[in-house]
Amino acid sequence: MNELELLQAYWWLIIAVLGAALVFLLFVQGGQTMLYGRTDESERQLMVSSLGRKWELTFTTLVVFGGAFFASFPLFYSTSFGGAYWLWLAILVSFVVQAVSYEYRRKPSNLLGTRTYDAFLMINGVGGCVLLGVAVGSFFFGGEFTVSRANILNPGAPVISQWASTRGLELMTSPRCLLLGAAVFMLARTLAALYFKNNIKAGEAFSRRMSRQTLCNGAVFAVLFVAFAVVLMLSAGYRADGAGNIEKVDYLYFKNLVDMWWWGLTFVVGVVLVLGGIALGAFTESDKGIWPAGFGTVLVVLALFAIAGYNGTCYLASTSDPASSLTIANSSSSEYTLRTMAWVSLGVPAVLAYIIYVWRKMNAGGLTSDDLHGKHQY
Amino acid sequence: MNELMSTVDWSRAQFALTAMYHWLFVPLTLGLAVIVAVMETLWYRTRRESLLGITKFWMTLFGINFAIGVATGIILEFEFGTNWSNYSWFVGDIFGAPLAIEGIFAFFMEATFVAVMFFGWNKVSPRFHLVSTWLVAVGVSLSALWILVANAWMQNPVGMRFDPAQMRNVMDDFCAVAFNAVSMNKFFHAVMSGWALAGAFVVAVSSYMLMRRSNVEAMRWSLRVGAWTGLIGLVFTIYTGDGSAVAIARVQPMKLAAMEGLYDGKCGQELVGFGILNTDKKPGDDRQAIFAEISIPKGLSVLANHDADSFVPGINDLINGISLTPEGDTVSTVSYAERIAIGKTGRQALAAYNDAMQRGDSAAMDSTAAVVEANFRYFGYGYLDNPADAVPPVALTFYAFRVMVMMGGLLLLIFAACIFAAGTRRQLWNKPLMHWVGLAALPVAYLCSEAGWVVAEVGRQPWIIQDLMPTNVAISDVSSATVQFTFWLFAVLFTVLLVAEVSIMTRYIRNSTKRDITK
Repeated sequence: MNELELLQAYWWLIIAVLGAALVFLLFVQGGQTMLYGRTDESERQLMVSSLGRKWELTFTTLVVFGGAFFASFPLFYSTSFGGAYWLWLAILVSFVVQAVSYEYRRKPSNLLGTRTYDAFLMINGVGGCVLLGVAVGSFFFGGEFTVSRANILNPGAPVISQWASTRGLELMTSPRCLLLGAAVFMLARTLAALYFKNNIKAGEAFSRRMSRQTLCNGAVFAVLFVAFAVVLMLSAGYRADGAGNIEKVDYLYFKNLVDMWWWGLTFVVGVVLVLGGIALGAFTESDKGIWPAGFGTVLVVLALFAIAGYNGTCYLASTSDPASSLTIANSSSSEYTLRTMAWVSLGVPAVLAYIIYVWRKMNAGGLTSDDLHGKHQY
Repeated sequence: MNELMSTVDWSRAQFALTAMYHWLFVPLTLGLAVIVAVMETLWYRTRRESLLGITKFWMTLFGINFAIGVATGIILEFEFGTNWSNYSWFVGDIFGAPLAIEGIFAFFMEATFVAVMFFGWNKVSPRFHLVSTWLVAVGVSLSALWILVANAWMQNPVGMRFDPAQMRNVMDDFCAVAFNAVSMNKFFHAVMSGWALAGAFVVAVSSYMLMRRSNVEAMRWSLRVGAWTGLIGLVFTIYTGDGSAVAIARVQPMKLAAMEGLYDGKCGQELVGFGILNTDKKPGDDRQAIFAEISIPKGLSVLANHDADSFVPGINDLINGISLTPEGDTVSTVSYAERIAIGKTGRQALAAYNDAMQRGDSAAMDSTAAVVEANFRYFGYGYLDNPADAVPPVALTFYAFRVMVMMGGLLLLIFAACIFAAGTRRQLWNKPLMHWVGLAALPVAYLCSEAGWVVAEVGRQPWIIQDLMPTNVAISDVSSATVQFTFWLFAVLFTVLLVAEVSIMTRYIRNSTKRDITK
């Protein structure tokens, strides 16, 4: 492996870490979909306040995920974002309406009324999770596009990356992508129930309800995830050989898990931790279930990104023109940029350290009704 | 071609819409974060409860504005991919880096510490809270730094080379990108203008409260803090604006000519103070460019070159490739017709390189790559049909520049008047006229701020990357109907959210007139 290949692999790992962190932090979106229901107003307010202290982290992780993709794999940025236009715009709109909703929902004269902002949170909760899952689904099941760099020489039709005229709508109706989207959605709800149980101190009845939510949502998630895993392992994928030629390979993702056994092990450990966290939250009084489930989520998503991008695998395969498929080798930034950004990435541990430190400080003692009396409330 | 142009126009409209909405909120965030941090510092040092109440009052307004700034910001980043996909590939190797750095170091800092700022009063120590508030202020400025580095690079593309095999530009000097001649000036210009706008906001809100005879001492104090912050910000904005003019004269002379409606330059060129632009005027014709002109003698030469006798080229001079020394000697530069020819040569050589690469003919690749490199400086001109295509919309640039300068001057007077009135002359700040003057600061500041961005972004057209890529080549493969739909979607969404923001803020301020904000 030469230096460029090493840097490409490193940056794919960074993308995977950000993607994994994003999926874990989607508990905010999952929690937003749990605000409706039988919970009383004070409990609902606690749930909103609890999520309101964290929503920016999810939002920021999404933005950084996009920025890191732009810096390290710009051909993906230009092909997927410009091609699957409707999908990405739908994701963005769902996050735009979320960004104002916490701050505005209970403010007097907020124009649209509290219910509208709560509806925005619901839209973001469902749409954000499902559509991000669909977008990640395209990493495995591809899209209909072509890439021809020479197009830029034609002033009349200069666009390099051309997507099918459905512009991402086909992904939003793809059963396999939707299956992953649904699994992500139910995972987000499961993690949210575990997070609420950990963060909100509102008595045993609330805690029991969150245990029940963990069980119900976790069970549906498990079924959806197993279905997705089976579909994925049975699916064919595209891989580049040493010369860069793209070939279709049956059971590619299963083979990747076996070939890169350490990622297979990561996947299995992650699944066990997620299930363990769900069991801990659902069947015991412990409020620590979020941690094994969250860490497990990170490991599983890391492994999924690894089998999507490593081993020459096309992480954005073109089903209409396989030669146009994107691998981490043919879509990356230059060696200089990747190296420079690798130095920059050394600052990430410091960022993580202060995030964890502040998280612990702010979560110390959990959230109680006493915390709802400050001047600034959501 | 018409469909392509329509997509280009709608994509430009969508990006401009998003950027202009975003720029309504960001400068206020930039300046208000510092004002709040200063106020909290004063409270921390004195522990006077009244200062804490005032700090929380402005912090709440900061929070309302911050949320919508975040909302519009995410769209801007992703629009580079959704609407400008060719751009994303052509320069993503360079442009993506500052965006990623902005996310890693600035956004996470803001996101983490803004939660402490709003909800940490009873969770962390006063010292930790103060540090968090300052880190939010640092975070928003860091964010501005990196996005403005990226923007400045588009206006002055340096620190890179063209890779013909990949048909894109690749970075070869990160420091040149980060600290290029335009970026640092642009950063301080934008951040300081944010201070000025936030100062105007504080002055306007304070004036309204004083008009209602509410929280008089607190608002008089806020008025002074706002006016001083605004004045300091504005003075530095003017200073860095001077630096910007010099940089523009060197790297974007066509933008400077458009700002002045200048077609035929001369040594000792005057600066147009007032004038009505002749919109029928075209490059190369004999029509008068400006009617009812009032000018400052030699002003533009001083502004552009810090030399009263220097030559400032006009649009015709630039098109024809003519420049002069201060002594009046003619210096030939490259005419735009030649640039177009050079650009087309570069493009043809790149096509030949691509053919050679397909054939595996390394000798032909080497020779054509050399031709591409020799002609790459004017590569973007190869996409233009005639020299006039390289002229930006003159009227919009000309008038926007005048609005920016006039509003800036007016704002300077308002800040000076407020400082004077809020000082020792106790009765003066309590006069209704002063309250109206203070209220006027806000629209004046916003007009100034938005006009500045119009000058910067419209004045550089037709380039998305100066001299290298015209805007219409940067486009995505999206139909114009699709972009039209999302344009109107965003127009409605952002407008509704803006109205909601203003409504919440005004209600909060109105309600605050009925209570003692220091408690």
